[in-house]
Amino acid sequence: MSKNFRAKVINNFALNPRTFLLEIEPIEETIAPKPGQFYMIQPDSSYDPLLKRPFSYIRKSNGKIQFLCAIKGKGTRLMMNFHSNKIISMLGPFGNGYPIFKSNHISLLIAGGTGIASILSLSNEVQNKYLIYGARTRDELLLLDKIEELGDRFIVCTNDCSYGKKGMVDELLKDFISSHKDNINSIIIYACGPLPMLKAISKISAENNIKGFASLEENMACGFGACLGCAVKTKQGYQRVCKEGPVFPFKEIIW
Amino acid sequence: MNLTVEIGRLKLKNPVMSASGTFGYAEEFSDFVDLNKLGAIVVKGISIKPMEGNPPPRICETACGMLNSIGLQNVGLKKFLKEKLPYLNKLKTIIIVNILGNSISDYVKLSKTLEDSGIEAVELNVSCPNVKKGGISFGINDKMLAKLISKVRQSAQKITLITKLSPNVSNIPLFAKVAEDSGSDAISLINTIPALAIDIETWKPKLANITGGLSGPAIKPIALRMVWEAAETVKIPVIGIGGIMNAGDAIEFLLAGATAIQVGTGNFVNPGATIDILEGIEDYLKRKSINDIKGIIGGMNGKCTNNNSDN
Repeated sequence: MSKNFRAKVINNFALNPRTFLLEIEPIEETIAPKPGQFYMIQPDSSYDPLLKRPFSYIRKSNGKIQFLCAIKGKGTRLMMNFHSNKIISMLGPFGNGYPIFKSNHISLLIAGGTGIASILSLSNEVQNKYLIYGARTRDELLLLDKIEELGDRFIVCTNDCSYGKKGMVDELLKDFISSHKDNINSIIIYACGPLPMLKAISKISAENNIKGFASLEENMACGFGACLGCAVKTKQGYQRVCKEGPVFPFKEIIW
Repeated sequence: MNLTVEIGRLKLKNPVMSASGTFGYAEEFSDFVDLNKLGAIVVKGISIKPMEGNPPPRICETACGMLNSIGLQNVGLKKFLKEKLPYLNKLKTIIIVNILGNSISDYVKLSKTLEDSGIEAVELNVSCPNVKKGGISFGINDKMLAKLISKVRQSAQKITLITKLSPNVSNIPLFAKVAEDSGSDAISLINTIPALAIDIETWKPKLANITGGLSGPAIKPIALRMVWEAAETVKIPVIGIGGIMNAGDAIEFLLAGATAIQVGTGNFVNPGATIDILEGIEDYLKRKSINDIKGIIGGMNGKCTNNNSDN
């Protein structure tokens, strides 16, 4: 069982011009991931780019692991062109993952953009759940086929009104809270997405005294706690997104 | 096959070490390497008081390398002794503690306390480019450096002293000689090279600290030249650092005159790099029918021929 392993590319295709879905299968024995954990993927075996990149996994089934990757620069452009059967170098799973509670409560999952990947890894593990998912445009709403099975417990919005409700996820969160006034204490929020979105959600949950957790993203060189590059400011001082995170309680983060 | 090398009073079972600041307090790597197989482990730089480090973003990638401005975030001496040292003491390898301070008395106190705690070696960090006080300000002034090393030497007489030199000087042999003459048992080089990256869309620096230290394969040829210059100048052992990713890189440093090497950024890319390098060196010596690592140290010879191998 190793956290430093090689994997074979099974599938790799574009979801829109800026995002692709990568499916890999480890060719060595690996450790099972927990929802919210991530892997480091090496884009190229040359030294440019040098570092591996962190990606949350969407799901693991039949030994295969899926990732949602946004094209950000040189590394992800190389990854977009991974062909089937290519052998790649990976590390993981890393990070703490989402805390899952035994008690009876409502899990409110909130995703923005590619944050849906991490949220989907959690969605199969929690029972009484709702999902709010937002993006700028219809084109940026990803993997809808995987989540529409939630039916009316799935609320979607776009900033430009091209699909679902118009607006941002924080507005939908406010609506959700007002329609669940009676059992507000049993709500737990799990959120992943752009920082301004997480910040807005954290503020609303604090105002309504709702417990919540955010999965954060930061540049990192190693992924396993050595480089100290991915520090975020928390009430306990700087903490590592890769090790103490990526999931932090809203109230711990200094936004 | 004999892989042992001597650094001051230390006898290393092989010349492969981790570089400070890239190996945490070793436990971070226990999932990936058999720590007991390493020649030595250099742990993250320790200051007297804990340091919180620089604001993020702290790292960015550049061509064949990366910039960091971590800012020497560390748990401080007290917590190191209480929480980190017990784990390190269980390992069957030599532990070298990298130390840093704002003043000479900080370095004296750190090395003395560590000596009294049973630590066999310290590496004086006089070359970090990412902090305002201390660090590099000692490493780029030869008179200050001489004074610092002499004072540490006087107070901690048993500990093996390694001085980690900055590449940010115009005359490496001068600083190498200063370290030797002031009582350093060995020198290690190079630390990262002060550098900058800018986002052309926002016109902002890519690091919150504006500048950071460049590391990785991009700096290897510079490091190799400096290690060679230092090794030509001093009699004390030189420890080569800078962009070592594989056994071939390590062997180049040994041929340039390094007695041992440290793996830094390579650990981030491949957390098993140190052991891969060690095994690669052994394979190389077998292939060359050399039964002692000392047979290649400082082995670069003669003039360049026109049929260089592609390594």
